[in-house]
Amino acid sequence: MVTYHKFDAIVVGSGGAGLMCALELSKHKHLKTAVISKLYPPRSHTGAAQGGISASLGNMEEDSWEWHMYDTVKGSDFLGDQDAIEFMVKDAVDVVYELEHMGLPFDRNDQGKISQRQFGGHAKEFGKAPVKRAAHAADRTGHMILQTLYQNCLKNDVVFFDEYHVLDIIENKGRVAGVVALRLEDGELHVFQAKATMFATGGYGRMWKVTSNAITLTGDGVAIAYRHGIPFEDPEFYQFHPTGIYKLGILISEAVRGEGGKLMNGKGEYFMTKYAPNLKDLASRDVCSRAIYTELRAGNGAGPDKDYVYIDVRHLPPEVIDHKIPDVTGFARTYLGVEPKTEPVPIQPTAHYAMGGIPTDIDARVLRDEKNTPVPGFYAAGECACVSVHGANRLGTNSLVDIVVFGRRGGKSMVKFCEENDFAEIPADAFKPVEERIERFRQMNGKDTMYDIRAELNELMDRDVGVYRTEQGLTDAVKKIRELQQRYRNISVKDKGKYYNTELLEAMEFENLLELAEAVAVAALARKESRGGHARDDFPKRDDQNWLKHTLVVKTAKGLELKYKPVVITRFQPVERKY
Amino acid sequence: MVQVTFKVRRFNPETDEKPYWQEAQLDVPDTERVVDVLRLLKGKHEGWSGLAFRASCVHGICGSDAMLINGINRLACKTLVRDVGTSITVEPIKGLPVKRDLLVDMEPFFASYKALKPWLITNGSAPQKERLQSPEDREVFDDTTKCILCGACTTSCPSFWANGEFLGPATIVNAHRFIFDSRDQGSKERLEILNQKNGIWRCRTIFNCTDACPRDIQITKAIGQVKKAIMFGKA
Repeated sequence: MVTYHKFDAIVVGSGGAGLMCALELSKHKHLKTAVISKLYPPRSHTGAAQGGISASLGNMEEDSWEWHMYDTVKGSDFLGDQDAIEFMVKDAVDVVYELEHMGLPFDRNDQGKISQRQFGGHAKEFGKAPVKRAAHAADRTGHMILQTLYQNCLKNDVVFFDEYHVLDIIENKGRVAGVVALRLEDGELHVFQAKATMFATGGYGRMWKVTSNAITLTGDGVAIAYRHGIPFEDPEFYQFHPTGIYKLGILISEAVRGEGGKLMNGKGEYFMTKYAPNLKDLASRDVCSRAIYTELRAGNGAGPDKDYVYIDVRHLPPEVIDHKIPDVTGFARTYLGVEPKTEPVPIQPTAHYAMGGIPTDIDARVLRDEKNTPVPGFYAAGECACVSVHGANRLGTNSLVDIVVFGRRGGKSMVKFCEENDFAEIPADAFKPVEERIERFRQMNGKDTMYDIRAELNELMDRDVGVYRTEQGLTDAVKKIRELQQRYRNISVKDKGKYYNTELLEAMEFENLLELAEAVAVAALARKESRGGHARDDFPKRDDQNWLKHTLVVKTAKGLELKYKPVVITRFQPVERKY
Repeated sequence: MVQVTFKVRRFNPETDEKPYWQEAQLDVPDTERVVDVLRLLKGKHEGWSGLAFRASCVHGICGSDAMLINGINRLACKTLVRDVGTSITVEPIKGLPVKRDLLVDMEPFFASYKALKPWLITNGSAPQKERLQSPEDREVFDDTTKCILCGACTTSCPSFWANGEFLGPATIVNAHRFIFDSRDQGSKERLEILNQKNGIWRCRTIFNCTDACPRDIQITKAIGQVKKAIMFGKA
């Protein structure tokens, strides 16, 4: 049985971007708003963000939004759109104060103001020296943002549909008219009609094996848009965070280096001085991750297989470790049995953050093509969106800035859209494609399991579509992913029930990853240069002449099409990047 | 690799009349997380495919996977095989209705959380910049800001098992987080709710909550501070 709902605005996803958007909408009581999420909101992965949220408050030392903008542009390897970046860094100041007003328990400095600390790639006077810009609540800043936003949504009586899994959008003559969701509890379908729909569904890090991402980060929103012919922008730009716990990938925050921690190779050398003489361990993440791999390839790794390096905090005062970075040092104890006060912690780069995603503009409107035509009624914000403020590489802390700034901005745009537009009609059979897809999965009785195919995808993505890439590796990867897609059409889903059928849902989630992985590999194969998170062994230099442009991968009936669109450059012309 | 015997409490109301134990033996590294073993069972082992449980971040910050593991409430993603030995039993947390297998109804838990108004209550309008707060004032409620709402504390509390109307330790922890925040002006209304029949006095200082907390929050201490605030006002 299908149940129908009608809301002015719906928000899909309950992380920082989704909740910030919902809060903005909830200020307008005449608009009916609902948040639909496959998780209970406090489970969202915003809560895993650790180190801080940057804004040029200047609470510790002089700072300015121009410097923040310059650092973000430089960090993006000049692929970020500068109009969007300027908007974001200016709005960051106001939005951080708004979070404080909502109750967020930031750490404080001696004057009682919000405390700020150093972070990778953030500098004063256009790159001269590190600056204290990251506002923080110990090393659980994301946790406090998520909690604070959820609490304020409860205060404003936002309507939540928790554990409802959105599986499709409903289009009507080019406009998005609502979504179709499956209720986890009983497996029934729900159709939500809405004037405006926001996707804030997060990233897709689970296509890699070693990742900091939650197991629920399966690119659901990006995949849904992509199947509807909306481009997937800049998929080849994926960030590998330098410090993931060895083998597990759990994140060791950059705040550890912000507080003075250093990367060390197997020979006991602090190697970042070689790669970034100026900012050293606080160079941007792509630079640090590449440096780690260069060390490993030179045989300077640690352990029997020389396949990891260390983050070293032994020289830091114990009270800094206990008060400024307690959670992450706890991870080392729990998962590795390593005491960071006396031993260096084994780490390796970990798949962390999607710079690419659903193309959007500054108003969080989803864009349909390279001419930036908006899709009426459709919005996206946060990691699933590509504004693009992060370009080829995101700076630490800027993801939290992104979600709250563009979540709020999206909410404001949706208010305006709802006031100016009526509902678009929902065709009577709008839920049919989803029903058929579910039925297809229920019928599957093949030999392969999702578990095996997932393991194969994870292995090949780590090997061929990781920090360093080659023509051969990427060619193999595209071929292999397509084979996996074929095999996936006949896996086995044994649970045929409806009640809390998590096996079925996980199988559908993984299908999203497998679909998007192809676009990542295809775009990476096409881009013959190295820029930010995309490093090619065979094309080690950045090539602005040919590649200063965004990729758009479009799924068509004839296969994948690659299109490109220009980067918006306003204040800062591309120059060679040095840290 | 070690050989472990895994016993899981299963129940699917669609097909089962009553709960039962299912057992499996498998070889896993002793550094494996319990949640990974559950995922392996579900993904690879005959007869386990529908196993229902919640999990998301799998490193102890999202609060999805609180379970009763070898008799103690813990997060399955923060518990390694070597922490609990080679004979491992996993059951749903107690005191909340079991929906399927290890997955329980969290609605009553979140309803209790909301009842205590877990948001900053202030009079008057906000300043242009941040409200000021000294590092010392911030430190007073630091411990209770760590709560991830996993429910391990509340579902380890005998007073909660006996009376599901009791607000429970997690709700009091989150009330503490605001009552002792120097910026907040809503403590009077929160303390009044806590002073009612199913409020804080149902706590018998058993310390199960403190033992169960995967975030090492000193819950019993926080509850004691709130009790004191009701009796004598805030220090």
